[in-house]
Amino acid sequence: MHQPTSPTRRGAMALLAAGVTVALLPRPAWAQLSAATQAAVDRIRGSRTPQEGRITLRAPPIAENGNTVPISVLVDSPMTPADHVRRIYVFADKNPTPDVATFTLTPALGRAQVDTRIRLGQTQDLVVLAEMSDGALYMARTEVKVTIGGCGG
Amino acid sequence: MASPIGQPRVRLPAQARVGEVIEIRTLISHAMETGQRRDQAGNVIPRDIIKRFEAKFDGETVFAMDLAPAISANPYIAFPFRVERAGRFEFTWTNEAGDSRSATHEIRIAG
Repeated sequence: MHQPTSPTRRGAMALLAAGVTVALLPRPAWAQLSAATQAAVDRIRGSRTPQEGRITLRAPPIAENGNTVPISVLVDSPMTPADHVRRIYVFADKNPTPDVATFTLTPALGRAQVDTRIRLGQTQDLVVLAEMSDGALYMARTEVKVTIGGCGG
Repeated sequence: MASPIGQPRVRLPAQARVGEVIEIRTLISHAMETGQRRDQAGNVIPRDIIKRFEAKFDGETVFAMDLAPAISANPYIAFPFRVERAGRFEFTWTNEAGDSRSATHEIRIAG
């Protein structure tokens, strides 16, 4: 969970303190996923190893209300018939079930971006997988701190 | 019993230039009941969610989303679209009972 406080991390924290929604730093790849999320990721990736990069995952660093947390996923892609993003998968690592959404994209979009609002039951990592038209997989994750959880009754 | 799917609200420009990437923003009224909550008597409130959203342009699917209970109530979904010609969008939300609700929008080429 703990990582050294780098200058860029401090910069992100300063923005956080200013209440700005920032594109958060990717979590280290070695940070372990919950068993349910790992199983879901494994089902998608098969024998492929997801690469880092190309995904900009935006979410508030602190969500006061876990019932409605705005997220935005932007993937760097020309979105041509020959080279586009085919799917974007979103998981919430510590929700009762990790699945959040699967987006199916086409070159007609012109840009690979999706925005929605999600529920987070507790402070946890968001995990995003993007599958390209050539089968390449990219992965990103970021932590969202949740003040009031959004899954219970 | 699935609750009825509420009124869809869609925002997109009425016209755009050829090649312009517009943003389409959608909202649909729905409780997105997770199946995790209990009522005051302690009974589990049955799961009832919108499970699928589809956007078609002139009949061709250009964008789709599969939703889980982790999507907030009154699902908000936004995505881009590159306008190449005038045409007609059809947006459809479907719940787990198979009921669906649609909205259509026309887009023109500016100028």
